[in-house]
Amino acid sequence: MTKRTGVFVCHCGKNIAATVDVKKVAQELAEDDGVVFSEDYVYMCSDPGQTAVIDAIKDNDLNGMVISCCSPTLHEKTFRDASELGDLNAFQCEIANIREQCAWVHNDMEVATEKALKITRASVRRVQHNQALEPIGVPVTRRALVVGAGIAGIQAALDLTDAGLDVVLVEKQATIGGNMLKLSETFPTLDCSQCILSPKMVSVSKNSKIKLMTESEVESISGFVGNFKVKIKKKAEFVDPELCKLCDDCTPVCPVAVPNEYDVGLTNRRAIHIPFAQAIPASFTLDEEACLGLDPVVCGKCEEVCDVGAIDYDKKPTVTEEEIGAIVVSTGFDLYGMEHMGEFGGGRYPDVLDGLQFERLCSASGATEGHIMRPSDHKVPKEIVFIQCSGSRDPENHCAYCSKICCMYTAKHATLYKHHVPDGQAYIFYIDIRSGGKGYEEFVQRSMENDGVIYLRGRVSRVYEKDGKLKVMGVDTLAGRNIEIDADMVVLAQAMEPSKGTAEIAKILKIGRDKDGFLAEAHPKLKPVESVTAGIYLAGAAQGPKDIPETVSQAGAAASKVIALLSKDQLAHSPTVAKVRDPWCTGCEMCVDACPYDAIALVDGKAHVNEVLCEGCGSCVGVCVRAAIDVKNVTQLQVHEMISAIMA
Amino acid sequence: MSNPSKVTKAEDDTQGRASVAGARKPGATFEPRIVAFLCKWCSSAGSDLAGVSRIQYSANATPITIPCSGSVSPMYILSAFNKGADGVLISGCHPGDCHYMEGNYLARRKLYLVKELLQFIGLESERFRMSWVSAAEGAKFAEVVDEFVEDLRVLGPQNRLKAKR
Ligand SMILES: Cc1cc2nc3c(=O)[nH]c(=O)nc-3n(C[C@H](O)[C@H](O)[C@H](O)COP(=O)(O)OP(=O)(O)OC[C@H]3O[C@@H](n4cnc5c(N)ncnc54)[C@H](O)[C@@H]3O)c2cc1C
Ligand code: SF4
Repeated sequence: MTKRTGVFVCHCGKNIAATVDVKKVAQELAEDDGVVFSEDYVYMCSDPGQTAVIDAIKDNDLNGMVISCCSPTLHEKTFRDASELGDLNAFQCEIANIREQCAWVHNDMEVATEKALKITRASVRRVQHNQALEPIGVPVTRRALVVGAGIAGIQAALDLTDAGLDVVLVEKQATIGGNMLKLSETFPTLDCSQCILSPKMVSVSKNSKIKLMTESEVESISGFVGNFKVKIKKKAEFVDPELCKLCDDCTPVCPVAVPNEYDVGLTNRRAIHIPFAQAIPASFTLDEEACLGLDPVVCGKCEEVCDVGAIDYDKKPTVTEEEIGAIVVSTGFDLYGMEHMGEFGGGRYPDVLDGLQFERLCSASGATEGHIMRPSDHKVPKEIVFIQCSGSRDPENHCAYCSKICCMYTAKHATLYKHHVPDGQAYIFYIDIRSGGKGYEEFVQRSMENDGVIYLRGRVSRVYEKDGKLKVMGVDTLAGRNIEIDADMVVLAQAMEPSKGTAEIAKILKIGRDKDGFLAEAHPKLKPVESVTAGIYLAGAAQGPKDIPETVSQAGAAASKVIALLSKDQLAHSPTVAKVRDPWCTGCEMCVDACPYDAIALVDGKAHVNEVLCEGCGSCVGVCVRAAIDVKNVTQLQVHEMISAIMA
Repeated sequence: MSNPSKVTKAEDDTQGRASVAGARKPGATFEPRIVAFLCKWCSSAGSDLAGVSRIQYSANATPITIPCSGSVSPMYILSAFNKGADGVLISGCHPGDCHYMEGNYLARRKLYLVKELLQFIGLESERFRMSWVSAAEGAKFAEVVDEFVEDLRVLGPQNRLKAKR
């Protein structure tokens, strides 16, 4: 086919034209092989500019065009749409970036013009070998998977079903609810955490569109956006939730006691237990690791007392495969381990607690029924020290980032403490106070003024036990003096870190993590709930430290992205995918190994690309020693042509 | 097409500026020619940011945007040298940040071998450079280019692999 290429050089007002001689670029390109039309224009992207493009395509019967303008991230879509309006296939239009990569970064017109010429010429040579392509249509499964059922996952699941979608909600614990379950009251309004969470949990259990799978984890995934196949492994269901009557005849006979996760280890529970009274699903469950009865010779007591016969020690784990269109990952956070905070007595003294343990002490549903007392001797602490940024903002020794919520929950803790122990004194060591949020600053101020909390700006160097007290050695940098407090209890505002297993789930789902291990969003500003993998979205503290309001908003945002995605009958997949030149392929499988998407397989001894799986990254191109594989419209021939154009 | 508004040429004060401003003018210092392969997601975006921030750097490197640093075939590098490039730059996402998950690891391993190969065939391996520039590192991109240009100035023109025409 004879080349009929059009070139359009944009002035971008003076943004480009001030440093690039746009007329010269257009004139010189007009002389190039195959170029039948070349013009400059003041604002290519404006309505008249686009009309000019459309007219020029038709008048000159163009079969390829280059717009020499700003970065393709800005207007590639604009001009490809215009291209289609002129009956030129969108993929026959390429952008040459002479603004960000040229006009804006050089100041000598002669030099910048020369570079702009090279950039434009390279694009012309490339587009002359472009193929017309059509987006690959892929059918969609109108069903979503939500991984992790904390408040983020619960909110996302409910929002999704509101839009009529079916949801599979996978939670690794025996109950849904996540960390919010453990909270007593929540800042900044001090409403009771369970009172706002429980109704949502019940909605989940009553919702016929939600398939709830607790004690389950994602085992593997295959497929692609719109059409994932997900294998989910559910632990053996030793107690049948349909039969369990919640009579609690079983726990008194169980001989095993292990730390209770729900109470963050402050109390013990039996091997057979219900995580807490309002657990969803409402059923007892058997902790496989702790139970002795799985070996019938050793125990078996609970089965004997269960009148309804809900217990069966012979149950096995099950694996089910679910067809899924899109995924929300909301696997939440854990607190940074206390064992890292040896200098503060973390993991060493029973009366040095982390924030969640303190929540349990304050909570009416906690072991002490809401009375704050020391785990060691059940005495009410009269002097209490809170240490903020414990494990946060310390790139040398701990986490580099700010955990964002602990300033707030520490103010809350001090306030709650004063409500419980009016004659007690609370001290807070802090670096600075971060209370950005509606009503947050006022909340902190109230804790200082109304509750007489003493805020000490400075670091604590050491906490140690002496004469039944916890000696807190620190500095008050504002007053410029050393501080020594004989405390009865110390609470560490531990950093939030990605929940255990985040690395594994990220690997399974092929989504990235950031430098701190949280799940990585596709763009820090413009794609905050998208992962880098199409069809997988992020919500809640798994993506970074955040409080409940922010978690809920993000969950809603992720759900709405899924709803938009699954509202279509078909999804369009980019057609710039890899293509094998069969005669050259020797079946060496280098590309099969290199492909990060498992999109290439050997068929009849030749590499074969699954176009729907292929993302067009070109990893295969880089490794094929026979140059037998190419990415459409960035073929090796095209790259060599571009190099020639630049070096001419 | 309608007439473009009149464009004034850049003021003459640019003439006086040192370094790059004098590129390829008679009597100027040696101006190396560089082909820069930039991955679409990180380094090309990083160079866009340099533009948006109006960071000035040498015009000696002409960019070619590719999907991923992992898609660079060793042939691209040889081809650029063969066509007379004084230096070849490949810039991708930081290890671990690859848009395509592991493409840049692949690139790193492979391109290390290319460097060895270039040395083996008698080309200064400094003429081939890899860098990691994220979408947020506009200033770094400019630095990488400027530094490369300076280093190539010291090395002088590349003739080892250049086709004799
Ligand atoms: C001490 C403390 C006090 C706080 N106080 C307040 C407050 O007063 N107000 C406020 O707004 N916020 C407060 N927060 C913050 C609040 O707890 C979080 O914002 C919220 O819990 C985040 O919810 P999430 O769903 O993202 O994560 P999580 O609550 O951590 O839920 C994640 C869920 O995912 C599950 N999961 C993890 N991995 C997997 C997997 N691989 N497969 C399946 N399931 C998995 C977990 O078991 C869990 O159920 C406080 C936090 C702490 C630590
Ligand atoms: S939120 Fe406050 S206490 Fe927590 S790490 Fe940031 S500054 Fe420190």
